[in-house]
Amino acid sequence: MLVITNGRIFDPCHGIDQPGELFIKEGKIESVGTGISFPSSAPMIDAKGLIISPGFVDLHCHLREPGFEEEETIASGTQAAAVGGFTTVCCMPNTDPPVDSKSIVNWIKKRASENAVVNVLPIGCITKGRKGKEICDMAELAEAGVVAFSDDGDSVPDSQVMCHAMDYSRDFDLPLIEHCEDKSLTNGGVINEGWVADRLGLKGIPAAAEEIIVARDLALARLTGAKLHIAHVSTRGAVELIQHAKRNGVPVTAEVTPHHLTLTQERIMNMSNGGGQLKYDSDAKVYPPLRTQDDIDALLEGLKEGVIDAIATDHAPHTQAQKKCELELAAFGISGFETAFGSLMGLLHAGKIDLGTLISKLTCEPARVIGRGNDLGTLRVGAMANIVIFDVDREWQVDRPRFVSKGKNTPFDGCWFKGKVLATIVNGEILYQDDSVRVNHE
Amino acid sequence: MADKILLSAEEMSRALARIAHEIVEKNKGTEGIILVGMHTRGVPLAKRLALMVKGFENVSVTVGTLDIGLYRDDISSGELKLAIRETRIPIDITGKKIILVDDVLYTGRSIRAAMDALVDLGRPEFIQLAVLVDRGHRELPIRADYVGKNIPTSRTEDIRVDIVEIDGKDEVSIIKSGKAR
Amino acid sequence: MTISAVGSDASVQPLSGVSSGVWQHHHVLDLDEFSRGDIENIFKTSNIMRQILDRDVKRVPTLRGKTIVNLFYEPSTRTRASFELAAKTLGAEVLGFDAVRTSVAKGESLVNTLHTLEALGTDVIVVRHPQSGVPYIAAQEVNCSIINAGDGCHAHPTQALLDLYTIWRRIGKLEGLKVVIIGDIKHSRVARSNMWGMSKMGMKVTLSAPSTLLLRDIDQFISQSGMSHVDVVSNLDNAVEGADVVMPLRLQLERQEEGLLPSLREFTLRYQLDGRRLSLANRNVIVLHPGPIHEDIEIASEVAHGSQSLIEQQVTNGVAVRMALLYLITRTKRGDQT
Repeated sequence: MLVITNGRIFDPCHGIDQPGELFIKEGKIESVGTGISFPSSAPMIDAKGLIISPGFVDLHCHLREPGFEEEETIASGTQAAAVGGFTTVCCMPNTDPPVDSKSIVNWIKKRASENAVVNVLPIGCITKGRKGKEICDMAELAEAGVVAFSDDGDSVPDSQVMCHAMDYSRDFDLPLIEHCEDKSLTNGGVINEGWVADRLGLKGIPAAAEEIIVARDLALARLTGAKLHIAHVSTRGAVELIQHAKRNGVPVTAEVTPHHLTLTQERIMNMSNGGGQLKYDSDAKVYPPLRTQDDIDALLEGLKEGVIDAIATDHAPHTQAQKKCELELAAFGISGFETAFGSLMGLLHAGKIDLGTLISKLTCEPARVIGRGNDLGTLRVGAMANIVIFDVDREWQVDRPRFVSKGKNTPFDGCWFKGKVLATIVNGEILYQDDSVRVNHE
Repeated sequence: MADKILLSAEEMSRALARIAHEIVEKNKGTEGIILVGMHTRGVPLAKRLALMVKGFENVSVTVGTLDIGLYRDDISSGELKLAIRETRIPIDITGKKIILVDDVLYTGRSIRAAMDALVDLGRPEFIQLAVLVDRGHRELPIRADYVGKNIPTSRTEDIRVDIVEIDGKDEVSIIKSGKAR
Repeated sequence: MTISAVGSDASVQPLSGVSSGVWQHHHVLDLDEFSRGDIENIFKTSNIMRQILDRDVKRVPTLRGKTIVNLFYEPSTRTRASFELAAKTLGAEVLGFDAVRTSVAKGESLVNTLHTLEALGTDVIVVRHPQSGVPYIAAQEVNCSIINAGDGCHAHPTQALLDLYTIWRRIGKLEGLKVVIIGDIKHSRVARSNMWGMSKMGMKVTLSAPSTLLLRDIDQFISQSGMSHVDVVSNLDNAVEGADVVMPLRLQLERQEEGLLPSLREFTLRYQLDGRRLSLANRNVIVLHPGPIHEDIEIASEVAHGSQSLIEQQVTNGVAVRMALLYLITRTKRGDQT
């Protein structure tokens, strides 16, 4: 049992925004509102001045297990997710071995049941071994419980294979999540193709490399009627393509990452504060690459207009050795769980996005992408009590040695954020709480 | 910080004239002599000596300049001036009689560096040394062949040499503390 | 024997007095970090170093006791020999660390190699690497001075400085001169560093190349970087008109395999610097080339070996410039760096 009192209860998808109490019993939301009754013996959190919202749902993260446990494990990754306010995470299948069979899905589910502190929903591969040649046994994967299919890390390069995968996936009503990258254009690329790449003497990754695959997949989705979800959209062109497709009834959804909403290509030089020595900062090396302010403007507009459905972290932890090396050899990726909310709140405080849009893109909307709108990302009575409590105004500084994630690779190290998750409740249990949060036992 | 004047302009001029005469006398003429001024203040002093010799011997003595920046042994002390200046000796020094000219002789380390620099340029018949002031405290077995004035000093004192061409006046003074330059 | 501080091959206008600007650089990473005063300071110091190279005893004890490591991850004969000669002339110990064959093969990481060299007591690491940015990583990792001897497609500051110095010695000034850089701009670290240096020295730079060998966003690159007087003229005949300096770049033959050029023949027809094209430039035009030359590809033999060519003097000047840089950076304490 747990009672959260005095807070602002906020569930934008379900039109809830009111002061009140929330009572949790047997892991489920028992009642919500003002003047609700609960046993006086129930432990209580005083959420005065705080917001109580559904726990965040992340459609896109890398927990690295099995195969890359030096980068992250299901245990460390889900603990980091809890710190970030995520109560449900969908983990990508580019592990070793990749998640292309029922046995690996079951293995992950078992590991998660033993070690995970938040809900873990596995994603299965589109093609066997992520090789892009033959589609996986999708029925078996669906039955084992995957929530989507993806060869994330790579596109499915062959259009015919992708077309078959889409057709076949319709039988299970699960989305195909596509990492959009035309490798023939990105090969050897390090950062966004533009003046910064020119300045640093690096091979660029053009926006077109993303947009070509977005356009292809939208055409295939239109052809097949399959559910398509575009991962980590990063360019204005991609937003426009998706917008056009949605207007024409193509069953597509899309996500954007916090870093693509907040950082530009200039970050890799680390000269944003005017001057200082030029850097080749591998912590800002990520795929898709950080783009331009114009792209950010389009992504924000896309969020507001519903072109982009979800904000997903693409949490991609790496070891120091994988990052502390020649920039061209450094791994792509950002350890994102623990900075996602703080960085996004900067957009709120800057007036770039409103709280309702922000929270819905972190909760119910991603839940709907995987067809789980009823039981995830909601404060509906009877739903599992997956809840986050946050303070809009709390200021804090990112200090990566204190990351719970094994991946300390962040371009936000040292940044001051305004807005912080103070408690994360998963299935009724408090799995993360800030030092300032007290649970009163009567 | 009260400066005490040790040599006035007139006295400096007289001392230099005496050195000019001594150089000619000791070397039995001016044949083969090159006056090599050490940067910074040795350079105008060498030129003046040459003018004086010209005045009483009516002979033009070759004058050169030498920078010892690349030969100093205190490179890592961090106190060195960065600029290296011109080394220009218009003729080959091999077989020539080199008179090194500097303003102050102190530890002898600059002269050691100057001699190293000279032998890298060629093999002179000999090297002699002329200084305006010898203030003692040698750290190397070096002595001057021609001295304008011997001035016993303590290590806490500094000798300040002003030369018209550089400092706008001719004067040698002693400064109790702090750095002259 | 005549020892002269000013260039003997031209009526050089001496820069005002002795080097006046205070040198504050601990590293030589690229010319974007150097001011005009810094570059002039390097020229003046290079003049002194040229004197040493011109005399019988080509050695001074200035850097006695200092250790300089040539850390080369890319095969190089010319640049490496030039640095080695520069260091030895100044009396330093020189250690060649041929990373193409040694620790890379054993899988030692860049960062570990750097820390090993630092632990060996190295004062200066001269680093060349096929990937852009490595000298910057090195400067962050260790306390040694770092000299960038070429990193990927990014920068080659000592080459650009020797180019500038060679022009200055011949013509006596840099301000207002028109330079044409021809060929593979996109992949050229020499071109990038020269664009910085030339821009800072008030020269007008014209780039002439097929579009596949240019930067994608060249206008934004120029404006965002704050470079002045850089423009692009695709037609080489038009570009060369009125030039004071012409610099064809080495064309890597792989560019054709990569599909950036339809054929070497077509490139040669459009962009080879030959006698006819050179005649369109100013009468006293000089020709530079960063070497090694692909004769009769980017430059015709008659031009490479012609009277306008200063290619050999570039080599000698390169040693002087590298001596000057070694001298200057070893004078700067770590704390003073900018």
